[in-house]
This record gives sequence, C-alpha cells and structure tokens, in this order.
Amino acid sequence: MIDREQVLHVAQLARLELSEDELERMAHELSGVLDHIERIGELDLDEVAPTSHVVEVENALREDKPRPPLPREVALAAAPLVLQDGFAVPSPQA
Amino acid sequence: MSDPIALSAAEAASRVHAGALDPAELFDAYQSRAAADELNAFTWVAEEPPTATAAMAEGPLGGVPLAVKDLFCTRGVPSQAGSRILQGYEPPYTATAVERLEQAGAPLLGKTNQDEFAMGSSNENSGYGPVLNPWDRGRVPGGSSGGSAAAVAAGLAPWALGTDTGGSIRQPASLCGIVGLKPTYGAVSRYGMIAFASSLDQAGPLTRNVTDAALILGQMVGPRDRCDSTSLEFPESIELPTATRLDGAAIGVPEELSGEGIEDGVLRAFEETLHIAERLGATVKRCRLPHAPHALSAYYVLAPAEASSNLARYDGVRYGLREEAETLLEMYTRTRRDGFGAEVKRRIMLGTYALSSGYYEAYYGRAQRVRTKIVEDFRAAFEDFDLVACPTSPTVAFELGARTGDPLAMYMSDVLTVPMSLAGVPALSLPNGMSDGLPTGFQLAGPPFSENRLLDVAFALEQAIDFDAVPARA
Amino acid sequence: MSDGAATSPNDGLDGFEPVIGLEIHVQLSTATKMFCSCPLSFGEPPNTYTCPVCLGLPGSLPVVNARAIHFGLMIGLALECELAPRSSFHRKNYFYPDLPKGYQISQYDEPLCRGGRLGEVRIHRAHLEEDAAKLVHVGTSGRIHGSDVSVVDFNRGGTPLVEIVTEPDLHDPVRAREWLELLRTTLRQLGVSDVNMEEGSLRCDANVSIRLGGSVALGTKTELKNMNSFRFLERGIRAELARQAELLRAGEPVVQETLHFDPQTGKLSALRSKEEAHDYRYFPEPDLVPIQIDEDMVAAARAQLPELPAARVERYESEFGLTAASARHLAFRVELGAYFEAALAELARAGDGHGGVDAAPVQIDPAVAQQLANWISGELVRRLGEEDPADSRVAPAQLARLVALISQRAITAGAGRQVLDRMVQQGGDPEGIVETEGLGAIASGDEALAGVVAAAIEAHQGAAEKIKAGNAKAMGPIIGYVMRETKGRADGAEVSRLVRAQLGLEN
Repeated sequence: MIDREQVLHVAQLARLELSEDELERMAHELSGVLDHIERIGELDLDEVAPTSHVVEVENALREDKPRPPLPREVALAAAPLVLQDGFAVPSPQA
Repeated sequence: MSDPIALSAAEAASRVHAGALDPAELFDAYQSRAAADELNAFTWVAEEPPTATAAMAEGPLGGVPLAVKDLFCTRGVPSQAGSRILQGYEPPYTATAVERLEQAGAPLLGKTNQDEFAMGSSNENSGYGPVLNPWDRGRVPGGSSGGSAAAVAAGLAPWALGTDTGGSIRQPASLCGIVGLKPTYGAVSRYGMIAFASSLDQAGPLTRNVTDAALILGQMVGPRDRCDSTSLEFPESIELPTATRLDGAAIGVPEELSGEGIEDGVLRAFEETLHIAERLGATVKRCRLPHAPHALSAYYVLAPAEASSNLARYDGVRYGLREEAETLLEMYTRTRRDGFGAEVKRRIMLGTYALSSGYYEAYYGRAQRVRTKIVEDFRAAFEDFDLVACPTSPTVAFELGARTGDPLAMYMSDVLTVPMSLAGVPALSLPNGMSDGLPTGFQLAGPPFSENRLLDVAFALEQAIDFDAVPARA
Repeated sequence: MSDGAATSPNDGLDGFEPVIGLEIHVQLSTATKMFCSCPLSFGEPPNTYTCPVCLGLPGSLPVVNARAIHFGLMIGLALECELAPRSSFHRKNYFYPDLPKGYQISQYDEPLCRGGRLGEVRIHRAHLEEDAAKLVHVGTSGRIHGSDVSVVDFNRGGTPLVEIVTEPDLHDPVRAREWLELLRTTLRQLGVSDVNMEEGSLRCDANVSIRLGGSVALGTKTELKNMNSFRFLERGIRAELARQAELLRAGEPVVQETLHFDPQTGKLSALRSKEEAHDYRYFPEPDLVPIQIDEDMVAAARAQLPELPAARVERYESEFGLTAASARHLAFRVELGAYFEAALAELARAGDGHGGVDAAPVQIDPAVAQQLANWISGELVRRLGEEDPADSRVAPAQLARLVALISQRAITAGAGRQVLDRMVQQGGDPEGIVETEGLGAIASGDEALAGVVAAAIEAHQGAAEKIKAGNAKAMGPIIGYVMRETKGRADGAEVSRLVRAQLGLEN
C-alpha cells in the first residue's frame, strides 16, 4: 500500500508534477503493483547475496588519454535556452 | 526479376554480393514501402540511400537496409525513444551497435516506433501513437520494439534492430510472427542505446527467419566496446545455422513457465513444437526454475528503479522539451509532467519509491537477491539441459486498449520473458504456428554465449515447423 | 600568523571542547575526466570541453579513468588507509542544473580507501567521484520571465575528485588549518592534484560541534561549507565555535544545519534548505563494473610514492638532528625542504660539513645542519616570503657556502645577513661579496680592532664605569659602537674580551 502523502513525496523526489486526479490514480495503481511485488517478501533471502551485475567483468578501465571534445555549437545545439555560451536555467536560489 | 521484398535479408545480401541485385534498388523498394507505412511503425524514414551504399554493399550485410528502433542514437537523425520529451532531438553521435551494422553494410532505412523509453508490452505507450499489428490492425504488435516487429512482419523492412529489457524483442516478435533474439547481456554494446534499465537492456535483431538473425547478430557482437564498461568480447564468431537434426540436444521445459496463465492455443502450439523437437532427435523433459514465479516482481522493482535514475537527465536543461517557469523546481516538474507519458511516470514513481529511504532493503535489496536466485536457477537448469524452452508470450496479440487500464495485467505480458532478462542469458523467439489466426512464439534460452547453439536448434525447428504464413501485405 | 594570534585558539569557549572533522574534496590532476576522455579544463571558454558522457546525453555511458584509480591508491597509501580489494561505484540521485545526469557517480559502501591516518588525525575514508559543472548566476534576463537566471558550463563537470573524510579528531581551529596544510603538502608531493584552495582544486567543509571538556558524547554538529582559503577555514571554525558556545551558554540547543561563512562580514548564515530533506537513493551504478584492486595496481601506486612530509620530519630529526619545529617547517613546505637538502649536499660535497670529503654517507655536523636550517627558515624566508627559493637568485650551493663562512667564523652572522641581502637582490657568490664589500671578519688580535675598542670605551665612559662595577649588561652600547665602526665584521665575543681586558677586568 502507498498512500496519497507518500505519492506526493515520491513525486517531489522524482520532480514530477501530478494533478489531483493523477495523484489518486497513481496511489491506486501503485498500490496494486506493490501488492503483487511484495510477494517476494515471502522468500527467505537472508543468506543470499544481491546481484547488481550479471556479467562477470571487472576493471573495465580507460587509459587516461584525451580525445577531442565536441565543438561548442554541437554541445549547445539541442539546448532549450542558451545564454552567454551556456545552458540557461532559472536560478536555483530564486 | 523477382520482387526484392519477397527475399529474406540473407538472400538479398547474397544476391547483392553476386551482382544480381542493385543495392540502391533494394533500398528504394523498402524506402517506398516504409514511407507509405500505415501501421505507424516508423517515426522517421530515410529519404534516399546513403551515398556510400555501393561501398556498403560489399560488406557482409550486403547493403540490405536496416530499420532501427528509435531508442538508438543516430547522428543527425531524430532519436526520440518514443517520448515527447525528446521530440525532434538529434544526437551528435551514433550508437555503437548501429555504427557496427552500418560498417558491415546495412544502411539506415528508418527509425521505428516503440513504447516510450521501451516501457511497455503493446506499443500503446508511444508518445507518437500506437503501432498496429499487421496481422490484425485492431490489435497490438507487442512492445516495446513494436515498430521494429511490425515493420519486419509487414515487409516494410528486411530486418530491424530492437532492444529487450524484459522481453521487448521476443514478445513483439512472437505477436508479429517473426524471429526475435535477445543476446547474452553484454554481448552487444549499449553505448548510444537510450537507457531504460541498464543492468537488463540488451540490443538484438528482429528478422524474418533464423538465418537472417544469425547473419546480423554476427556483425553486432565481437570485440568488446571500450565505451561500454559492461560489454563483453564474444568468445566465438556467429555461424550461419545449418542443423537439420537435434540428436543429443537436451531441452528442459520449466514447469513454472509452461502452464498456469497461458492461453490454450498458445500452449497447444508450443507443445506441438516440442513434439517436433523430439522427432528431430532432441530429448525433452520437464525442469524447474523454482524462483521464476517471483521474477516478474523482482523485475518490476529493479527495472523501474534503474529507470527512475536513468530518466532523471530529462530535465529541460541541455536538450529536449522544456516548460519555462519562474522557478527551477517548477521548470523541472512541469517539463517532466508534460514530457513523459503515464506509464513512464508510473515507473519513475515506482522506482523512486523502491529506492527511497526506508524502502530500499524491502524492495530493491530483496529484488536483487531474488535475481541472484534466478541466476542460480538457470545455472542449475543448464547443468542438465542444453536449452530451456517455453512460450514467449502467454497470449497472442491482444486488442488495442484491452490492457491499458490495468498496469498489472499489462505487466503480466512479460511473465515468460523476464526470467531470462534477469539471468542475462540469451533467448530467442521463433514463430510457432497460429492460434485464432494469430502467430504464437516458441522461446528458447541457453547459457551465456550459447547463441550459436540457440540459432542452430531454432533453425532446425524452423525448417521442420515450416511456418510460412505472412500477414496480408499492403 | 593566526588571526588574533595572541590568544589561545579556544579562548572564550568556557571549557567547552571543540570537536572538528573535515571533509575534503580534491580535484585530481589527470589528463582526462573521471568517466570520459574530455581533457580537464583550466578556464577555457564555457562548454568547450564536453562530450556526450559529461553532458549526460541520452545513451552515453561512463568508463572509469585508470589513472584516477591509480591516484586514488597513491592517496590511500599516503594516508595509510586500508585499500579495498574490491571497490564499486554508486549513483547519488538528486536534481540540480550542474548535475547533467540527475545523479552523481560516487562511491558508497565500497570506497577505494578506508581507515588511515595523517599526523594525529584519523582518516575515515577516501573515495572517488565526479565533480559537478559550474553554475554561474547571471542576474535577471528577459528570456525567463520574472526570474533570476543562471548559466551552466559543463567544462568542469566530470573532473575526477577524491573525497577525504576525517574522523572528528581535531580540537582547535588552528590545528585544523595546520592539518589541512599538511594534507595539502602531502597531496602536492604526491603530484596527484594542484591542491589550490583559491582555484577550487582543494575544497574543505568542516563538521563542527562542542562538548563539555572531558565528555565523550558528541554535541550536535553543524556543517561549514566551502571555505575557500586556509585562513577562512580557521576563521569560519572559530566563528562557529563561538556561536555554538553562545547558544549553549544561553541554554539553547545547537541545530543541525549547513552553514556558509562569509569572510567579508565574519558572519555565518544557514544555507537555504532545499525544498525537501535529501534522499539520495543511492544504488549500485549499473553502467560500471566493480574494480578489483590487485597487487600490481598497489605496487604501481607504491612505486610512485615520494617521501611524504610526516616521514620527512622524522628523517630531518633523526638524520640531521634538527629540532622538531625546524624539521616540520622544512618538511611541510616542500620547496624549503628540497632547498635545504640541496644546500646540505653542497656542504657535504665541499667537505665543509666537518665530515670529510670522502666519507659516504657524509656525516653532517648537527650544529651546521641546524644552522643551515635556521638560515633557510629564518633569514632566507624573511627575504623571499612565499617565493620558492629555488626560483630566487640564491642558489642552494651559494647559501651553503655563506653558512659555511659563518660557521668557520670567516664572517660574522651580522655580516652574513648583509651578504645575504646582496645575494637576494643582485645574486653573486658569498665569497665575492665578502671580498668586494670588505665584510671579512676582523681576525682576533687585530691591532685595529683594539683601537676601535679603545675609542668605544672613550666614547662611553659611563658604561665603562658600570662594567667595572660588575654590571655586565652595560657592555651593550660599547659593543654597538664597535659593530657600527666595523660594519659588523667584528666578532662579538672577541670585542667583549677586549673591552674587559682594556678595563683591567678578568676574562
């Protein structure tokens, strides 16, 4: 179960604006999915190590050798708003 | 001369190599079909063949044009991942997998429609409209590589590139009556493939037959890509399959993936193929994957969790959609509100919740442990069997809109494909006969790097099944 | 050099004991960024050093820079840490415009280095991560209605960082600053970073709390952010300690918060709390595989470790017999230590170290070594300030010969200072300067010196009477006269002997 307050908090963390309607629907749908998911709670997994990677690769390291960066106009090409050769945003502290 | 569209990709490539088919003509034939696409399978179609087509035709892929799922970055070509948040976005670089195929002689024909960020099993979650199933336009083609599957099935493309996170190649291949292969995790570079769930995403081909799949896969794998830390060198080259018999092959049929919840027609077709396998000399026995029933739950924690993080970069700052607002917070929340569709939001929410303080161990931590058990289950099964087999999808293609109101029902579409994704093992879906006039899929999975074996067995079955139904072609 | 140096650093704390821990971010001086092949930027025009990876473009993937691991291991060894046999990266998730992927790749439960020590301070951990981009506030703009605008420059984004976290082992602001200086010197000697606080390649946050002296429990701590000089670090901590003591005296609680120190006003202000409590949702970075630290990697890092300041202090004390203060001063300023050793080598080579030319290793007379150290730490630094003496006109060999002249009493210390003035200003050999300036010591028994002494007594009859009456301190004006007349070339002891002799007193 996940209630409306939790949905709001999670939406805030995820930077999603949800309407009242969406909020209600999301709480309902997520609860249904979570109910199903929570069945893994039945398994005894205390002695089981978690798997983060299925491949057994280690030390995929890169040599410290520079490669040419993107030209600035390419880096900025898709930017919604460019000012002073940078990506413009509303100031965080505003 | 015969209609080039009727040729398989491998046949077309060998004719090009023999000088019997002009690659530019081949490209044009597909280009005009793709441009007239009525299935909404394409989101972008090349206007003309690349200038290098003649040179490309000398490569092993013979200039046979390739449809590429929109999830792959293609330089200077819209790469939108089926999302409104990337509408019109043209990356400055091309994904390694696409680049390797271009170098091997497959020019880019077009970009195919998909569920937004590969999240879906029906293609109804695309920001650019649903894709229609060529067998029945009132039905879904499956997802998330639905555009790629529909395009290949309808003869709009000779072959296509897709991605599979929990079944996104195999399930649409099954629903559209074509071959779909998800390689071993790490076999194909993920560099330039727009991420959904990094530890599960894997690129692979959707083709008309097994030989085509082998031909194209051979050019996708090889030396490891230094731009992808999780990529692996494939230990051998991929051979074109030749097997006609299956003597000595041991095929396990997991109880957990071959009974409950599967449509009768799908099961019947599956069992018929098992009989064919036995007739060809294979041993077929029941086996167990004890934790497979929990795979879907683990998957729907792990994949959304990774997705919630992978999709944080869509913030309106550097590319893509942006809703201007006075404060930074509002800019973020409105951009993401307007840019993401309902399913993507649902999974971001689910994943964010599963990783959030106080819930991590109960959800993410547990799901990772279930994953360990599933990896072990497969390892144990492959001690006794060369391959395991089960249906690809529990149902045939369903009607548009049938499951959109019930996320859980939609998630159930992945129940037979998700276990292999979690284990990182290669799996293939093979057309397996019809049920109610719609194709069904036979799924084969093997240990890591057993692609050659998988293709060989699939090839032998393919010849014996002799599935020759094609959807009505426009 | 501390502000308000006359008072003890913890004055005014009414017996409260400060508890200070530091969190240090060090930009590594690799050729490329942490997870991509872009070169590191040093003030290039904005957004000219970027690529799909450090811009967080869709589909791009990180790959770990091998040299960053190598530098991390060198730091771990220098700080006597336990090096992880297996290390991995995590994602730290939060939204900010300077964070292109919406998460920072950092380390969480498997850091590269754990435990360790530098001087008296224990190291909690040291881990690798990527730096954020630069966010520049540009004021209001018509382009975003009614809003202040900032602009992001991704050149810095992705620069490799090592975060070093200490245990709360520091107990006064001066020591905190001195310790950070030691850390800087250590890292500089390792050659893994520019470690420049003003330029941001060394950044320090401090966790500060106070407790009643002798108490074991820690008080509530506050976090002081980004003090961008050693002086500000010390002043910031001092101000925060005073603020906390004031609160506790008034019976008010210290609130856990993040504070910004304004060096202009000396005031502390709470950084505006973000819209929510942080929940970074750490999870293992699926795009990177674990790092297995093998013996070869450790051996390679160890092979590149230079002698570090702590070891150097010890060597200066044991090998050359320097005092602790002198050894520290030379060891912590790498360039002074290097200069000292070069000069010492010259003394030994010239056989002036009273050790004999052929003896190897040459035993340097501790008194001579100490004298050389004093001349470098004192007279030379006084004249050069922060300048590296290696860049000055005074070659180490020349300074060594100057000190030799003094220790052999060929010139007096006072004359030596004059010679050094000339050497610093114009360069030149000490012998030549002594020659041309006529600064050679007046030999004992020199008739002329006896004459000058007689004149001095003549000029200071009163003082002479007092000396005869047994007041030795009255000698001053007479010696001063002689020194003036001889331009400091006379030996003080010899002068004093002559004065007593001429006054008919016992020597």
